[in-house]
Amino acid sequence: MSIDISKIRTTLASQQGKAYWRSLDELADTQEFRHFMAEEFPNQAAPLESSLNRRDFMKLLGASLALAGLTSCVRPVKISEKIVPYVKAPEQIIPGKPLFFATALTQGGYGVGLLAESHQGRPTKVEGNPDHPASLGATDATTQATVLSLYDPDRSQETLKQGQSQNWSDFVANLQGAFANLANGEGLYILTENVTSPTLAQQLNELATEFPATKWHQYDTMHADNAYRGAELAFGETAHTLYDFSKADVIVSLGADFLGEGPNKVRYSKDFARRRKVLSAEDEMNRLYLLETSPSITSPVADHKLSLNSAKIAAFASSLAKELGLGAAALDTEHEAFIAALVEDLKAHQGSSLIIAGEGQAPEVHALAHAMNAELGNVGSTVIYTEAVDANPMHHGDSIRGLVEAINAGSVQVLLMVGGNPVYNAPADLKFAEALANVPFSAHLSLYYDETSVLTTWHIPQTHYLETWSDARAFDGTVSISQPLIAPFYGGKSAHEFLAAVLGDAEASSYDIVRQYWKNQVSGNFDGFWQQVVYKGVLDGTAAPAKTLGLTEALPAIEASEAGMVLNFKFDPNIQDGQHANNGWLQEIPKPITKIVWDNGAYVSLKDAESLKLSNGDLIQLTADETTITAPVWVLPGQAEGAITLSLGFGRESAGKVGNGVGVNAYLLRQGTNLWNTPIEVKKVSGHHKLVTTQYHHDYEGTTERRHIVRHGTLEEFKAHPEHPEFVHPVEHPESDLYDVFEYDSYAWGMVIDMSVCTGCNACVTACQSENNIPIVGKHQVEVGREMHWIRVDTYYGGNPDNPEFYMQPINCMHCEQAPCEPVCPVGATVHDTEGLNVMVYNRCVGTRYCSNNCPYKVRRYNFLQFAELTTNATELSLAQNPDVTVRSRGVMEKCSYCVQRIQQAYISSENEGRSMVDGDVVTACQSACPMEAIVFGDINNPDSAVAKNKASKLNYALLEELNTRPRTTYLAKLTNPNSALAGEESGVHS
Amino acid sequence: MASISGKPPFKETNRVIVKSETFASIDDSVNKPIETAPFKTPLWWWIGFFMAASLLGVYLVTITMLITKGIGIFGNNQPVAWGFPIINFVWWIGIGHAGTLISAALLLFRQPWRTSINRAAEAMTIFAVVCAGLYPILHLGRPWVFYWLAPYPNTFGLFPQFRSPLDWDLFAISTYASVSILFWYIGLVPDFATLRDRARNTFMQWFYSLLSLGWNGSAKAWQRYMRAYLILAALSFPLVLSVHSTIAMDFAVGQLPGWNNTIMPPYFVAGAVFAGFAMVNILAIPLRKAFGLERLITYRHIDNSSKLMLATGMIVVYGYAVELFMAWYSGVEFERYMAFNRVLGTDHGWAFALLIFCNLIAIQPLWSKRVRQNMTMVFIISIIVSIGMWLERYVIVVVTLTKDFLPGSWGDYVATFWDYSMYLGSFGLFFTLWFLFIRLLPSIATSEMKELQHHDSHHGSDYYEEQRAEEFSKKGLPV
Repeated sequence: MSIDISKIRTTLASQQGKAYWRSLDELADTQEFRHFMAEEFPNQAAPLESSLNRRDFMKLLGASLALAGLTSCVRPVKISEKIVPYVKAPEQIIPGKPLFFATALTQGGYGVGLLAESHQGRPTKVEGNPDHPASLGATDATTQATVLSLYDPDRSQETLKQGQSQNWSDFVANLQGAFANLANGEGLYILTENVTSPTLAQQLNELATEFPATKWHQYDTMHADNAYRGAELAFGETAHTLYDFSKADVIVSLGADFLGEGPNKVRYSKDFARRRKVLSAEDEMNRLYLLETSPSITSPVADHKLSLNSAKIAAFASSLAKELGLGAAALDTEHEAFIAALVEDLKAHQGSSLIIAGEGQAPEVHALAHAMNAELGNVGSTVIYTEAVDANPMHHGDSIRGLVEAINAGSVQVLLMVGGNPVYNAPADLKFAEALANVPFSAHLSLYYDETSVLTTWHIPQTHYLETWSDARAFDGTVSISQPLIAPFYGGKSAHEFLAAVLGDAEASSYDIVRQYWKNQVSGNFDGFWQQVVYKGVLDGTAAPAKTLGLTEALPAIEASEAGMVLNFKFDPNIQDGQHANNGWLQEIPKPITKIVWDNGAYVSLKDAESLKLSNGDLIQLTADETTITAPVWVLPGQAEGAITLSLGFGRESAGKVGNGVGVNAYLLRQGTNLWNTPIEVKKVSGHHKLVTTQYHHDYEGTTERRHIVRHGTLEEFKAHPEHPEFVHPVEHPESDLYDVFEYDSYAWGMVIDMSVCTGCNACVTACQSENNIPIVGKHQVEVGREMHWIRVDTYYGGNPDNPEFYMQPINCMHCEQAPCEPVCPVGATVHDTEGLNVMVYNRCVGTRYCSNNCPYKVRRYNFLQFAELTTNATELSLAQNPDVTVRSRGVMEKCSYCVQRIQQAYISSENEGRSMVDGDVVTACQSACPMEAIVFGDINNPDSAVAKNKASKLNYALLEELNTRPRTTYLAKLTNPNSALAGEESGVHS
Repeated sequence: MASISGKPPFKETNRVIVKSETFASIDDSVNKPIETAPFKTPLWWWIGFFMAASLLGVYLVTITMLITKGIGIFGNNQPVAWGFPIINFVWWIGIGHAGTLISAALLLFRQPWRTSINRAAEAMTIFAVVCAGLYPILHLGRPWVFYWLAPYPNTFGLFPQFRSPLDWDLFAISTYASVSILFWYIGLVPDFATLRDRARNTFMQWFYSLLSLGWNGSAKAWQRYMRAYLILAALSFPLVLSVHSTIAMDFAVGQLPGWNNTIMPPYFVAGAVFAGFAMVNILAIPLRKAFGLERLITYRHIDNSSKLMLATGMIVVYGYAVELFMAWYSGVEFERYMAFNRVLGTDHGWAFALLIFCNLIAIQPLWSKRVRQNMTMVFIISIIVSIGMWLERYVIVVVTLTKDFLPGSWGDYVATFWDYSMYLGSFGLFFTLWFLFIRLLPSIATSEMKELQHHDSHHGSDYYEEQRAEEFSKKGLPV
């Protein structure tokens, strides 16, 4: 037997973190070794026969070694770069104690600061970084789920040349070959997503210096092109617009889902909610007038709401501008009274009002919004213009259009794509896929072997943000440096390493590149600076400076457009533009309002459904510019008449095992320059597609209302009866009991959920899923009613079905003091502890399910099948699990534990320090994620705790209090703050 | 069909036993089919047994599937965490009740007409309890640890949680099963001795003498036997009331609207007896034909059990009325909506309508004696009642759970293939046991029949019997 030593060296060179092998034979991958493996582990060896590469084979083998052989179960050993823990020094690693590291991810290019929780080198959970301006400690649903993507076995794991496995060094050699005949970089095109990273920008600039003829294009689906163009219209120059909701009393949203979309949504949510939280009648609330085409995450907190398609929103904006005294046309004749009242309200709040145009609105509407804000004196207080945050501000739609034109003109010789997936998500009329075929040399750095990778000559696997060093600027410009939590799990290169290779240094590491960049930026003690920045995750004082802008003379005119059915595009609230399509958590989260999972439906208004004779699940053909797609219908109360909304991000073909073929691809109809709305022909066709939801009954009227489940009133009503608001207690339920009530004399854990600010954004649901190892069950199991989420957001629609008010009620285990589940369990598997927790003893549970039947809140979840991965069939995804929480087996009941593992951690810490726990020591996963701060948790025995103060509010009520269950989770009745001048107006809000 | 030679042509009767019967003829007609050599077993038995055993196979496949995959093979979900298995459990256990009522209660009330059907009814009870008892175990998420419900010393230092009605169930069902088996077996001992004495081959002699526990027929043996039998009857009688009351507690203790009703226990007991008598009819009518036992199981028996069916059926219907009235009268929105949803709900309203047809309308013809004397009619009505009582449990278990307190968590329920296969499979278990029983054991208590015959022939018919005969002959009914 001979061993090819050089092959071994190559193999080792291509390893990223793996330092384990069992014999030289294994490394050399000899026939003998394969044969031996086939004998020894027939099952694992089988895929080898079917021409799987070594790397896959190693993964399979890993399972037989109880995952011990996997590269990254332990803190990366090869890595010599120093990273800094957030709270504790690395030498303090204690098995069982997680460490937190500050890092950041990017959304649409903008950084969002995070604290990643690491268990023995395994990142398992992310929290928001409280010091980061775009997070303030909270996150959104998508961010929470990125931990799962890190371990996704479908991620790209090897360098491929037209589908054939290659090495990084092969790529570098080929790249140099391709460069050889380019003079000055003539014919070299770079396509990136939106870049804010100072280091990456520096690298791109270096590239431009080295190859002056290089063209840099950007295409980021999330980039706010309309806002960019709107600012150009308004000011004659580009502007970066920030809103300060903390100073806004009256907010008008012209189609902006500012709490659910955009890179700064978490920050906006925090600021907005803090101005909306009411505990006593002395507190004040902001007021939101919301115009929107389709119900969104922002809808539930609107005080006045109009469902209008984008043309009507533009007309409304024009009329509003006119009434505010600007030179615009009065195009809206339907809402005169509404506009009059609104104008009065706005004028009464000069400098503390705010008008926002949504990204889906035309640039002219953005320009009008700028003008109106200037007119109302909001600029400088609620609206702030800053210097550009993007490294290279541009209109991304134009940019990719220019790139395709260049390709079609034959001038592109080498196309390097750093991230992105333009074949899937570029405007359909560009026919990017066809153009790409004409590029002689193309390379795509990407997390997945996706639609674009398939068509490029080279594909390079990209590192996940938790695997690499980088930096990014937040939406306000603040820089954060993101550090890796783990060595690249599946290999791969970061954008920095990729560009370094283009620049000629194929072996550079991200750590050196990022560090070197910052070394050049700071003077003095660099190590101290670095230590501090990486530790904190934020570089203070780097926010973009404010900028004064002058409006151009002429206001752009809005053109009245004729009626006709319009297709309105929208990012999916969970999988966003489709980049997260292979994330099972995100696919299974019930979408806000509709509660649809594993699909996208064409949202149709009630009136349109009536005239087109459509009902849920019917198929319609949508035709725009001779392209036709077929989509299932979902009739959605609150959808604007004349507009069909379809979310982007579905219908992926190369997303991975989870995301392939889920939903329909709306990008196919996204054409031209108006990427958010397109005139559409609708035709009903035969057939049916079941759209699965987790909630069947949304109607608030009738029996739901008589049950007093959701209690709501107006601020005015509360102020009229500050001591006993009648809407909070429509029926008195005197507390009485035959038996003595147990005295809780130590801690007494409780929770308050403020329905006034809950938007149903699902951040809590995903945070809980990540923290508590909650399995996903798939579309069919959700269809039969077996979803496993421990917290759900019940959604009810009230009022006019064409424009309803939405009531969001997050429901987790209520931890009833007199829990109905407890006495019916025959084996005592669910019991009460002395701090008031209703605890579930998984090991004792035999699975009678009686507890679930007897739970009036139906918060219990049952493992009908083996939903969690067993050790015998575990994939890499199981590495995302939290070791502090038991993984439940089949046949066992589970439910929210109030994050008992966090309570225990805090308890142990406080005991070690010889003190008792204080408010804030225990933060549940749902609470910490909530961007609206709607969830408050703590010790209700401590009168100074936030939760005790919330419970003391007159708005506090217990759900189903008449059952005498004494739930520990209570609710603050939903308050709205409607404009009294609009009483009786049809504005979608109960009054 | 087994024929009995040397008998005069048979005429249907309304007497408790045909007048011409003798000790020998009773022994013959009951024991002949048992003594038949295996290869002479009638074809209908083989067909029936084969069909039952095939269904038993389905049952075993389902159980294998269940243990391998989990409860998820059924239609259960959140919020409907209990489905077919619990419905079937309550249904089967209800069926058993008529057996106990006939054998114990009617014995204590000295109703001689019970004699010819008590053995078969008791067998039915035991087999129904076997079928019923398996469901709660199999429908556990982790059936292999079902014994955790039992109080036994263990290293966990854990005990069952006795406030749970499910734990009461364990005791109720195990007590019921053990008392029923004992009672049944004690009653069989003299009959086993008869079979032993009649045995023509060594195997049968050995087999039945083992079962007869050395019965010698002495006066002392009879005296002790009678005492034991009566004591066991006295022990069984309260079980008729308590077992199904306990099952009813599974629901009544729960706080769901539609479950939390104090009427549940008595109404469940009535329902059980109702369904039980229906099952007695379903089993006895073909049995008397097939084995030629018309002389011993007469119209009188079927007539009486139909009357009981009618009476208990009307109690059950009263229960429905009270439930609906109380739901309205309580003024509680949850209860009112539950009643509304059960009766008029779009998803499952059909079940209630069908249930009213089966349990109220279909039994009304039983007021007529002619209907009660018509075996075909009684058989059909009994089958309808069995379906109706299954639907009642469907409404109580499934429909209640679909829509409880929070509309946001309302759901639906669709049974799967495995739900149906497990239900059909349990019939396989029941009928396999039933066919073995009628083939291997005396399906009529011969010793008691002989006692009855002795009484009938020596003390003659009483005044009431003569009156009845006269009245019946006027109407042209069998005397």
